[in-house]
Amino acid sequence: MSEEKYIPKSKLGQWFDSRLPLLTLSHHLQSYPTPKNLNYWWTFGGILTFCLITQIITGLVLAMHYVAHVDYAFQSIEHIMRDVNYGWLIRYVHANGASMFFLAVYIHIFRSLFYGSYKAPREVIWIIGLLIYILMMATAFMGYVLPWGQMSFWGATVITNLFSAIPFVGESITTWLWGGYSVDNPTLNRFYSLHYLLPFLIFGLVVLHIWALHVPGNNNPTGIDVKKNSNETMPFHPYMVMKDLLALLLFIIVFLWFVFFAPNVLGHPDNYIEANPLVTPAHIVPEWYLLPFYAILRAIPSKLGGVIFMFSAIFILMLLPWLDTSKVRSAIFRPIYKKFFWLLVFVVILLGYLGAKPPEGIYLVLSRLATAYYFIHFLLILPLLGRYEKTDPLPQSISDPVLSKTGMIDKFKKAAAEYEGENVESFK
Amino acid sequence: MSTEIKPKRRDFLFTASYTIGAVGLGAAIWPLVDQMNPDASVKAQSTTEVDVSGIEKGKTITVLWRGKPIFIRRRTKKEIDEATKVDLKDLKDPELDSDRAKNPEWLVMVGVCTHLGCVPLGDKGEYKAWFCPCHGSHYDTSGRVRKGPAPTNLEIPKYEFLDNKTIKIG
Repeated sequence: MSEEKYIPKSKLGQWFDSRLPLLTLSHHLQSYPTPKNLNYWWTFGGILTFCLITQIITGLVLAMHYVAHVDYAFQSIEHIMRDVNYGWLIRYVHANGASMFFLAVYIHIFRSLFYGSYKAPREVIWIIGLLIYILMMATAFMGYVLPWGQMSFWGATVITNLFSAIPFVGESITTWLWGGYSVDNPTLNRFYSLHYLLPFLIFGLVVLHIWALHVPGNNNPTGIDVKKNSNETMPFHPYMVMKDLLALLLFIIVFLWFVFFAPNVLGHPDNYIEANPLVTPAHIVPEWYLLPFYAILRAIPSKLGGVIFMFSAIFILMLLPWLDTSKVRSAIFRPIYKKFFWLLVFVVILLGYLGAKPPEGIYLVLSRLATAYYFIHFLLILPLLGRYEKTDPLPQSISDPVLSKTGMIDKFKKAAAEYEGENVESFK
Repeated sequence: MSTEIKPKRRDFLFTASYTIGAVGLGAAIWPLVDQMNPDASVKAQSTTEVDVSGIEKGKTITVLWRGKPIFIRRRTKKEIDEATKVDLKDLKDPELDSDRAKNPEWLVMVGVCTHLGCVPLGDKGEYKAWFCPCHGSHYDTSGRVRKGPAPTNLEIPKYEFLDNKTIKIG
């Protein structure tokens, strides 16, 4: 990185930093140059870090009261809700926290899609981000099994049965995952163990994600390269920290609204019925954040085909930096891509809606159309757009779009004059 | 002149070390993988005996075997006829009804949809037999898949009649 070498002021600091450069790291994190035009869509990285830490802390506490056994799990959740001091609050924060985590990650991903943040030189950041997303889904799924309600049990049954679609070894794999011939106590135990482990793997990947981000630096709404250490960037602290904090507070308001006023609205009432291996609920649906993929699974009229398409829908994103061949990053300067982007957003939300509906009639037809569009978007439209789309001219610098607005320069001059009038000495 | 490189003693030692190392690593990992397979106590619950004397014609009972529901249905004449007269060409997973029900009156099946493992509902669906609510698979009066995403017929467990009124599953 092009920053100058940092030397701590105090002797003790120098002594320590030359042995373990934590102060250098801290200095780097504070002075890290961020483009000055980052908008509020860029605050979700910080929000996601908050979500992860919240989940880890509340989860740690819940683990002190939860019992991972088929005979006690369901009761231990009710015990947390009724007996444990503030147990209801901690559990509702944890359960709704998962939903908020996914809400934030979807905004974060679509921000990346809109502004082309996955393109060179940021492909590795993108791929690590997707790995985090996949681990998040695995963690959330296993966490949802732990209360051992009807949705827990049948969700676990359906998802683990996905692997039975694999030819020849599928059955052995599901038996191995279950530790038996059906979802049962061994399954619950291992899910608990993994549910505790995975967040720490996610944390490790988040460190890599941020590390990989700090090599090229942030993308920005214009998508053009920023000159580092110029007047186009500002130090992360305090400028972005303050912006992130404001966004985080607004996010927490939404989060706590769910926790206090609608704690169960994102869950399914059937999960308050204890698991019963003899009765499948009439409508089994996964949590809302997995619905688009569930719709794709059901849209394909073949077991193996459905599973392949569902996993492909996730893994195709890994190839995105190479499928999108356009040299222009930001959708602001890509008039046609912009339309397809919003169409994709619509289709993904539609798939989510369809995933919650029974797989019949018009819902099935729409799921198939939406699934087809999802793949066409990535495999056909993006490569072709890169070739044929006529993009708008890019600005020379990230300041241009602001300064080129009529009257802007005069406004700045006036503000500077006023400011200078008050503090002639300090302003230059 | 071609400079052919002769394998040296050191190359042999490298290869041998890597090989032994890989075998050792594999041997160390295997117990960690295999511990997740069904344990002895799970395997021990491998048979269940069921008294079926109380089942009337046209009724089904569900019992638990290895954590899975087992449907035991005493079929009516009509159901048996429907099941036997089906043309095998119409079936996704062709199987004769006589191969599925040794004694045509008794149909014993694992009550787990072969799609993704839900429990199908009885007396429902287009064939008035079993219908899986999760992803919409229809089964006929022989438990054969007729419609929907399920790839195969409902599984027939290993079972035998110990006497007129007792079935041993497993």
